[in-house]
Amino acid sequence: MRLLEIEDLSVSIGSKQVLKDLNLRINSGETHALFGPNGTGKTTLLNVIAGIPRYTVDKGRIMFKGKDITHMSMDERARLGIGMAFQRPPAVRGLRLKDLIKIINPQADISTILKSMDFEAFAERDVNRGFSGGEIKRSEMVQLLAQQPDLVMLDEPDSGVDLENIKLIGDVINQLTQKDQRPSQRTKSGIIITHFGHILNYMKADRAHVMLGGAIVCSGNPGEILEQIKRSGYEGCVGCVCQA
Amino acid sequence: MCMSGIEEKARRARDKKALYGTDVDLESYQSEAKPQSKVDDAEDLPNTVKKAALDVGVTLDDESSGAYVQMDQTPVVAKSLHEGVEIMDIASALKKYDFLQDYWWKLVAADADKYTADVAEAPPTGFFIRARKGMKTVFPVKSCLYLGSTNLNQRVHNIVIAEEGSELHVITGCTTPSHVQRGLHIGVSEYYIQKNAKVSFTMVHSWGKEVEVRPRTGVTIAEGGSMYNNYIMLRPVKTLQTFPTATLAGRGAVASFNTVIYSTMGNIDVGSDVFLNAPETSAESISRVICMGGDVIARGRMTGNVPGARAHLECAGLLLSNEGRIYSIPELDGHCRDLDMSHEAAVGRISEEELEYLMARGLSSEQATSVIVRGFLDVEIKGLPDDLKKEIKDITSREDLKGA
Repeated sequence: MRLLEIEDLSVSIGSKQVLKDLNLRINSGETHALFGPNGTGKTTLLNVIAGIPRYTVDKGRIMFKGKDITHMSMDERARLGIGMAFQRPPAVRGLRLKDLIKIINPQADISTILKSMDFEAFAERDVNRGFSGGEIKRSEMVQLLAQQPDLVMLDEPDSGVDLENIKLIGDVINQLTQKDQRPSQRTKSGIIITHFGHILNYMKADRAHVMLGGAIVCSGNPGEILEQIKRSGYEGCVGCVCQA
Repeated sequence: MCMSGIEEKARRARDKKALYGTDVDLESYQSEAKPQSKVDDAEDLPNTVKKAALDVGVTLDDESSGAYVQMDQTPVVAKSLHEGVEIMDIASALKKYDFLQDYWWKLVAADADKYTADVAEAPPTGFFIRARKGMKTVFPVKSCLYLGSTNLNQRVHNIVIAEEGSELHVITGCTTPSHVQRGLHIGVSEYYIQKNAKVSFTMVHSWGKEVEVRPRTGVTIAEGGSMYNNYIMLRPVKTLQTFPTATLAGRGAVASFNTVIYSTMGNIDVGSDVFLNAPETSAESISRVICMGGDVIARGRMTGNVPGARAHLECAGLLLSNEGRIYSIPELDGHCRDLDMSHEAAVGRISEEELEYLMARGLSSEQATSVIVRGFLDVEIKGLPDDLKKEIKDITSREDLKGA
C-alpha cells in the first residue's frame, strides 16, 4: 500500500527553486535512505513533507495515506502520522522534556521511553537547552517514540554521534519502522538522510535515492548505491548504478 | 531621627514627583477608610477577603508561620504561628519597641518622593515581622493587603528584620476585589537581612484596571545573608511603578530578583537597583515580561563598588501585540577593577522556529504558543519551599493565553 506519493513536485524559497519535478513513492513498511551532496535539497524535501511554511509549492502535490496534504498545516500532518527528527532543533525554555512527551502523547509510557534511549536524567531538563549534539539526537528519538508516526523522517541521525549512540539510534529507528516484524506485517515507514551511511550499518533500509540539484536522479539498492558513491562520487554513482 | 524630623522631611517632599512612572494626583484619593473589625484568626475573615487572598496565592491555612491581613487601613490579623517569628502590626510594634526607631525610614527616605512623604505623614499601618536569631522557618509567613474601598489611598509601611542566622519566607498578596472601581496603594517596605540570614520575599499583585500602585522598597543584606525576591503580576493595573533598592553591605551577601509580568494594559515601570558594596557579593536580576497591551518598562541597575563582585541582569520580553510596548533598560555601573558584571536583554516575538518545532509534534498553533509562553514565564524561583513554588505555578497556569 502506498503511504507517501510525491508527484512532479517543484518548490521554491523566494525566487530560488529548491526542488524540481521531484517524484517519490514510499509504500507502507518501507524505509528509504536519501543520499546527495550538501545543498541538493534533501533537508528541504523533508521540511516540505513535514509542512514547514517557509516554502512555496509551485507545482505538483504530496499525497499521504491517500489524502492530498500539499497545503495542510504542520500540526495536521503530524496528527495524520508524519514525524520528523530535526537536525538542529531549537531549545524551548521552561518546557521540560517529560512534559513535552506527555503533550505529544498523553498515553506514552514516559519512563520506558526515556530508559530505552538511556535518557532518564534529562526528563526534568528544558527541551534541548544546553544539550550536546548527541543528546539532541536522543531527545529527538525520545519524542518520536512518544509520537509513533507512520512515516518517520530523520535528518542525519548519525552526524556528531559516537559509535555507542549510533547503535542505540539505529535500534530505535528499526523499532520505529517495525524492522523487528516480518516485512508483510510492517506498516510504518521511514526516510533517512545520511551522508556517509554509517547509520545503515545499524538499521535496515529497503531502498535508496540520490538527490542532485533538487531532484531525485537515481534510485536503487542502498548498499549498491552507497558502494558506488564511495567509489566514484555522487555523479559517478548516477552514471553507473542508474544506467545499469 | 525623631518622628518630628521625619514628618518635617515629608512635609517638604509633599509635591516631589517621582523619578520614574506617571504622576499620580494624590488629592483625588481619600485618606480615610471605615475601620474594619479585627479578628482573632485568619479563618474568621470575611469570605470575600479569603477568596481574594487565595486569588493571589495566599492560602491562610495552618501551613504558615504566621499571618498578617490588612483591610483598607486596618490591620485585621497579625498573628504568629511559629515561635521563631514575631508578627505585629507596625503601630503596636513601634509602641512596644524603642529600637525600631533605628529601622524606621532608614532604607527608604521619607522625602524620596511625594509617595513616601504621603506615607510618612499618615498614621503608621503595616506589618512588623521579625525572624528571631538562629530560628529557621519552613512555612512562609502569609500576608494579604486588601484594598476594598473605592477611591481609597491605601498606605502601608512594613518592616522586616531577619536576625542573625535566621531563615524566613514571606509571601504577600496585594489585591483589590472587582467592585473597587478606583484606588491607590502606596507600600513602603524596609527589609533588614542580618548576618547569615536567608530570606525569600514573594509578592503577588492582582489589582484592578483603575488602580495605581507605588511600592517603595529598601533592602540591606549583611555578611553571608541572602535574599530571593520574587515579584509576580499577571492581572491588569492602571499604573504601577517600583524600583526597589538593595544594598549588599557585608562580605558574601547575595541578592536575587525575579520578576514576572503579564501586561494587557496600563503603564508599568518595574525594576531593581542593587549596590554591591562588599567583597564576594553577588546579585542577579531576571525579568520576564509578556505584553499583550500597555506600556512596560523593565529596568535593572547593578552598581559594582568592590573588586570581585559579581552581577547579572536579564530582561526578556515577549511583545505579542501592536498595542503594547516593552522598554528594556539594563544598566551596569562598575567602579573598580576585577568586577564580573553582565546583562542580557531581548524583546521580541515568539520564535517561529520553536512554534514550528512543536507543531511538527502535533501541537496546534494555539497549544504551541501557550506552551512557549508558559515556559517563558517559568523562571526558576529560588529560595522557596516547594509548596510555594506550586502555588505560583498554579497562578501562572491559570492565565488564559489563547489570545496570544
